[in-house]
Amino acid sequence: MTMAGVEPGAMYTRVAAFGGVYSNHLALSAAIQDARARGAEAAICLGDLGAFGPNPDKVFPLLREHGIPVVRGNYDDAIARGLDDCQCGYTDPRDNHYARLSYQYTFRNTSPENRQWMDTFPEEVRFRLGDLDVLACHGSPRQTNEFLWESATPTHFLDKLADDFGADVIVGTHTGIHWTRSWGERRAYVNVGALGRPANDGRTDVWYALLGAAGSALSVDFVPVRYDHEALASEMRDEELPEEFVETILTGWWTTCLEILPGKERAAGRF
Amino acid sequence: MGIQLPQTSPRSTSVGSATDLAEAPTVELRALDQLWFQVAGTVCNLRCNHCFISCSPDNHSFWFMSREEVNEALQTSVRLGVKEYYFTGGEPFMNRDILGILGDALALGPTTVLTNATLLPQRTVEALARRSARSPYTLELRVSIDGVTAEMNDAIRGEGSFTRAIDAVGRLAAAGLLPIITTMQTWAESETDRILGHFRSILAEVGYDRPRLKILPPLRIGAEAARDRGYDDFERVTADMMTEYPAELLLCSGARLVTTSGVWACPILLDHESGRLADTLDEAVEAPAVLAEQACYTCWVNGAICSNMPGFAADPA
Repeated sequence: MTMAGVEPGAMYTRVAAFGGVYSNHLALSAAIQDARARGAEAAICLGDLGAFGPNPDKVFPLLREHGIPVVRGNYDDAIARGLDDCQCGYTDPRDNHYARLSYQYTFRNTSPENRQWMDTFPEEVRFRLGDLDVLACHGSPRQTNEFLWESATPTHFLDKLADDFGADVIVGTHTGIHWTRSWGERRAYVNVGALGRPANDGRTDVWYALLGAAGSALSVDFVPVRYDHEALASEMRDEELPEEFVETILTGWWTTCLEILPGKERAAGRF
Repeated sequence: MGIQLPQTSPRSTSVGSATDLAEAPTVELRALDQLWFQVAGTVCNLRCNHCFISCSPDNHSFWFMSREEVNEALQTSVRLGVKEYYFTGGEPFMNRDILGILGDALALGPTTVLTNATLLPQRTVEALARRSARSPYTLELRVSIDGVTAEMNDAIRGEGSFTRAIDAVGRLAAAGLLPIITTMQTWAESETDRILGHFRSILAEVGYDRPRLKILPPLRIGAEAARDRGYDDFERVTADMMTEYPAELLLCSGARLVTTSGVWACPILLDHESGRLADTLDEAVEAPAVLAEQACYTCWVNGAICSNMPGFAADPA
């Protein structure tokens, strides 16, 4: 079965949504195959193609080949515009150290052509899923780099976003940990997680979301993706990326950039 | 070991008088993301010599909020789409209703309480852990400690406060509540690595081996103005300074503070009448904040450092 890219304004019943890729081309490739096998009609990527992983340019051909549109992430925005950092807003010196290493590596290894393409990514894509209006964004509809964690995002706040932006379902990524919440008769928020690194849960799988709708009834399936994480780790070492990043890929526990986690999510991890 | 505070020379005890209100720039509320509660008024069991609103056992300018008063604002906050709640004082755990109040807030959203951690016996820690476990939202304990030794901390926060706070941090960590430890930087920059390294080892000794540290720059207002120095008179926010400045970096663009005596633009403006915006929260979200005080300069320089995280960072356009 073929799987198209999500087109703005089009109507679907089953869509695959991929979160932060962070240069993990092996996971992206595996996720695309998995989504096709599960009958997704179309796919969309919610941004942050680079960071963390090796050889950022390997991600772009996969997206182009499958016609998968990309929503602009803060990393894409920073790399495309040649900004000084990734706009994650870290204040902890250790987090900043690793964020800087990762950003400089990614910037250095992203071709001018790919940077130009990234600069065309829109901040949001809207489409229909069954009878539901879906808004796909990176962080939140109002701010590309806004973190929406499960334990730090009240339902009434999400309801206001849905009101302000005229959407039934808001789909985002940016935090790297998948979660969903529905409320009212037809409203929901879905954080699709990330393909780039594990979800700080001690598993080496990464995650994406399959969104379905029958009428106004939304279904959300979070799909674990098993891929050759040891090959990725080996490639990261070849590129001399920090061993702390490699450890995350091999163990499923986050070792850096922990400052941004709320207490509840932090307590669920190892570090 | 004897780590000394850097030598300071008190130059001014004045908080500074307000700019002419008519000339001061104003900031509209973008969205009410943070709702702060002056839940313990200005009453504190400690008398820290760097407190930015000079709280103490005998400062009764603002009194404790009742659970009913807090609940009224919480109900309004649902309608306004607030993203997070902060409880401050004074010392919040001096409010005898604090556990009920935190439970009420946690039913609605993520909740942070700013505490000196000297009033957190085991039974209180267990009660907090139960409330945290019952809620889908995070409970953040922000503990203020100002130095890596009793000698260093207690010189600022008072005799015995270091040991009591560190012991409470151990109890909180053991209960799975990973406190955020805030420390105002009272040491020279060149000392930072050594001091924080030592601090981490002390925290590990009480069982907190992955501490969440938040280092604050000194705010030259309130008692800190007397301890170190106040701002010079030119250190104020002018209209020119706001022309290319992203206003969303300022706390007052996304927050309001509820007290027993009305609603303020920001917790560090509590000493200033210009910071009082209205009697009610509904009125206060419509009123622009006035950047008339030197405290506003602090925020202009450092951004809204009193938030847990720069979760709504400005786009560097």
